[in-house]
Amino acid sequence: MATVQIEVPTSARERKRNLLDFADWTADEIGALFDTADVMAQVLTRTIKKVPALQGFTVGTLFFEDSTRTRLSFERAARAQSADVISFASGGSSLSKGESLKDTLRTIDQMQADLYVVRHACAGVPHQIARWTEASVVNAGDGRRSHPTQALLDAYTFRGRFPGFDGFAGKRLAIVGDVMHSRVARSNVELWRKLGGEVVLCGPPPLLPPDVAPGVARTHRLEEALEGAHAVMALRLQRERMASPLLPSATEYVARYQVTETALELAHPDALVMHPGPLNRDIEIASEVADGPRSVIEAQVAAGVPIRMAVLYTLLVGKR
Amino acid sequence: MRLKARLLNEQEVDRALRRIAHEIIERNKGAADLALVGVHTRGVPIAERLAALIAEFEGITPDVGKLDITLYRDDLTEIALQPVVKKTEVPFDVHGKRIVLCDDVLFTGRTARAALDALIDMGRPAVIQYAVLVDRGHRELPIRADYVGKNVPTSHHEVVKVKITPVDDVDAVELHELEA
Repeated sequence: MATVQIEVPTSARERKRNLLDFADWTADEIGALFDTADVMAQVLTRTIKKVPALQGFTVGTLFFEDSTRTRLSFERAARAQSADVISFASGGSSLSKGESLKDTLRTIDQMQADLYVVRHACAGVPHQIARWTEASVVNAGDGRRSHPTQALLDAYTFRGRFPGFDGFAGKRLAIVGDVMHSRVARSNVELWRKLGGEVVLCGPPPLLPPDVAPGVARTHRLEEALEGAHAVMALRLQRERMASPLLPSATEYVARYQVTETALELAHPDALVMHPGPLNRDIEIASEVADGPRSVIEAQVAAGVPIRMAVLYTLLVGKR
Repeated sequence: MRLKARLLNEQEVDRALRRIAHEIIERNKGAADLALVGVHTRGVPIAERLAALIAEFEGITPDVGKLDITLYRDDLTEIALQPVVKKTEVPFDVHGKRIVLCDDVLFTGRTARAALDALIDMGRPAVIQYAVLVDRGHRELPIRADYVGKNVPTSHHEVVKVKITPVDDVDAVELHELEA
């Protein structure tokens, strides 16, 4: 067929058959992924929101940690390209009967999936699974370590929505809140910097200890973080942590770190406000900001399926 | 690859396109409800050229769309290289339209098969016809073109290269031979 093909050396292709984090990915490859996501987004606007691209491929979702939104988004992304989907959730599985992860995976691997989407509460599990299987592995969140597809859809949203976007160079992302417990924050730091942008982290000292993301700009003052920022990402403050000794009180957090209209006056005039969800309204983000004109939170949600479609397409097609 | 023959020069490409434009108008009894959809990459300028010619002859400018068939290919589970997915831009409702699918070379027919699926996923056109600048034979599917610029008998060792502006800097059709 008369179609342009990318010349990818075999070794490079083998190295990249997983999306565990961004270590093996170049900025150009990520740019190509975003271009593919644009096409996928268009497919999802058609009457028939489905293409046959991944017909014959099987995608397995292995969620060892609860998730509804991410799993649904991956399953939709697979089915919209006609892949078959098999789902595994650890609740009620043999894992709770004492089976080891490796034995569980060996059993699942008999289903001959071409790609696994893995989420686990422990950092590194998707990497380990990638070593055990011939299939490609996509990390859908491992402990506090990484959540690459979330970071991809955040950067993709920024690229599509920032007025007059001309690249990530010189663009500053301020990440505010519970950085310590956040794999979303870590993946965004990795990706944003890889794409050439700058990142500043902000949060109360107990949630932003010095050993988190070494070498990245940080501040404990919200005003300092937001000054001139092109994108502001508020992280979810988990309720169980509000009661923990890490924070004196939710009221104090709100007073000092809530992303408000007033605080945003310091940011770049076109600054976009993001949130990985689910929202705690009027805790980490003021309702008027979440629903305001700078907010791209709905666009982030909408970007989830096209980005994951692009990831599945990129990892599966051209593998053989 | 070695150049074996120049099949069409700029003037001959232009003549072929003009003849096809007339044939499209004749077969469709005018240009009402007509739309031309080019298959990426070189089908796109061919569709645009035909649309401009039809506008010149009939005074009605047909709609023009661009179709990328990558996501509809039948070999995605087998290929070793990843094709770049390009944007499909069909900025009109295909429902009830008389669509002429345009491409540079008709070979195995697999691109046309994929393009038909892609088009039909967008709606239900009244008619789909197929225009190509070169038909080189070797069909693998029961597909034929309604409009052909030039029929060129070829062997499997040969490559038909279509150059068309603005994708290329000239308009030409060449026959090349693959080195052994």
